[in-house]
Amino acid sequence: MNFQDFIFYSLASVLVISALGVITLRNPVHSALLLVLAFVTSSGLWLLLEAEFLAITLVLVYVGAVMVLFLFVVMMLDINLDRLREGFWKWFPFGAALALVMAVEMSMVLMGQQFGSDNMPAPTPKAADYSNTKELGRLLYTDYVYAFELAAVILLVAMVAAIAITLRSRTDKKSLNISKQIAVRRNDRIRVVSMPAEKKE
Amino acid sequence: MDNSQQLFEQLFGPEWGAPLYLVVKNVMLILAIVTPLLLAVAYLTFAERKIIAYMQVRVGPNRVTFFGIPWLRGWAQPIADAVKALMKEIIVPTGANKFLFLLAPILTLGPALAAWAVVPFSPELVLADINAGLLYILAMTSLGVYGVIIAGWASNSKYAFLGAMRSAAQVVSYELAMGFALVCVLMMASSLNLGDIVAGQQGGSFLNWYLIPLFPMFLVYFISGVAETNRAPFDVAEGESEIVAGFHVDYSGMAFTVFFLAEYANMILVATLASIMFLGGWLPPVDIAPFNLIPGMIWLLLKIGFMLFFFLWFRATFPRYRYDQIMRLGWKIFIPVTLIWIVVLGAVMQLPETVRLAFPLNLWFS
Repeated sequence: MNFQDFIFYSLASVLVISALGVITLRNPVHSALLLVLAFVTSSGLWLLLEAEFLAITLVLVYVGAVMVLFLFVVMMLDINLDRLREGFWKWFPFGAALALVMAVEMSMVLMGQQFGSDNMPAPTPKAADYSNTKELGRLLYTDYVYAFELAAVILLVAMVAAIAITLRSRTDKKSLNISKQIAVRRNDRIRVVSMPAEKKE
Repeated sequence: MDNSQQLFEQLFGPEWGAPLYLVVKNVMLILAIVTPLLLAVAYLTFAERKIIAYMQVRVGPNRVTFFGIPWLRGWAQPIADAVKALMKEIIVPTGANKFLFLLAPILTLGPALAAWAVVPFSPELVLADINAGLLYILAMTSLGVYGVIIAGWASNSKYAFLGAMRSAAQVVSYELAMGFALVCVLMMASSLNLGDIVAGQQGGSFLNWYLIPLFPMFLVYFISGVAETNRAPFDVAEGESEIVAGFHVDYSGMAFTVFFLAEYANMILVATLASIMFLGGWLPPVDIAPFNLIPGMIWLLLKIGFMLFFFLWFRATFPRYRYDQIMRLGWKIFIPVTLIWIVVLGAVMQLPETVRLAFPLNLWFS
């Protein structure tokens, strides 16, 4: 075992333990925080594979944005665990069947010919000035440009839809019209009255 | 250097010696960056109190001194504050999650210090000269919000939780504008490496700095930076008048101080990044005799100090934003402005060579 193996095994064990914690812990906030830990350790693993762009993007997107909003929601919800557990045994066979199908599918893919470690040549280490950000950008905007643009459009549609669902014109609350506020001039609001001084009695 | 590496290889064998030597060397380099940084944080608090005091026609801290030397009056104030905070008891509230409660301040300070790994102090002086430096910085600054959220939740208090929610929403919104402003910088430099970004601003005088072609982006970046660090006028996360002190109401002693260390370390980080990306980093303002003899690091420090002064100036000048106005500024003004600027910049970069020569655009676009 050399130094790199040591780092790999320590990261991998933290990853497995935290991923187990995500699905076994009772408190959803703890689960979400462990999921954050799982993301960070897996980005460490990706760094070991010299995929620094993907590793940093994983932290930036999933840890920095997605999980923050996730935690936000989980912390604000009042989750009643007893009610969540109510139908556990009733739905257990269905869930187990789903899990089994998933496990079989994954094993078919992973144990097949493509992913076997015998068929995969060890990647050659790249020079220090090799920028995989540049390589990824070049690939995304040349060979895969249509797929990439399509994904972007789908995301845009989802975004517009999310806004459209939450947008409703409420009449029971007051809202500010900032441009109106800015457009207000002194003369609209105050009237200077000149009054003759009154005599003191 | 070679001797110590050989020593390590003799002690731990050829396979473990080299990486262990790297680890030890890097830990020492990290200490060499973090120690001056924490000292700077301590004295930034002193500078803040002094500068705001002078702006408000007061004197500020002027008592505590080293060894009774009269002309150093006030200069030992940060040290005295640190000693006081260290000796105070850390009270963990009843019903708080103890582990997360104590983890939160560490999670706030950690990313603020980790981002310094890729900051170049001069052409050679950088701890990790990685290709995706800018991306790394964005990732690290986006991690800082966890400390705030966890602190608010683990305190088991409504006020702390409200403060944490406000802060999280604010940081997430301004991160977008900040990221887009930095996209403009990386388009100009066509590199994510911070050293290359500074090198792209080289060329004789301050006219070459990205400050000039990207001036609106500089404003967006800096204002977002102020909002990200939860500083006045965006400090609704601590809003004393409505939610006491926000996410750190229940903290005391050193745990409380660590939140402040993180806030000031983040301020220094934002100022440093602004100087590197818009003010030419270690480059002198004019590349002629008296100026370019001064080492680059001094210029960088001067620029950082200049940017930091703005943070303190803002705090003494502006009243606090209302929460909905903060959100409006972030989402409805900054993000559209940055998006438009990215498109404009892309169009300018695609202009034919002759057009670029006609306008003096070759100053920035090589």
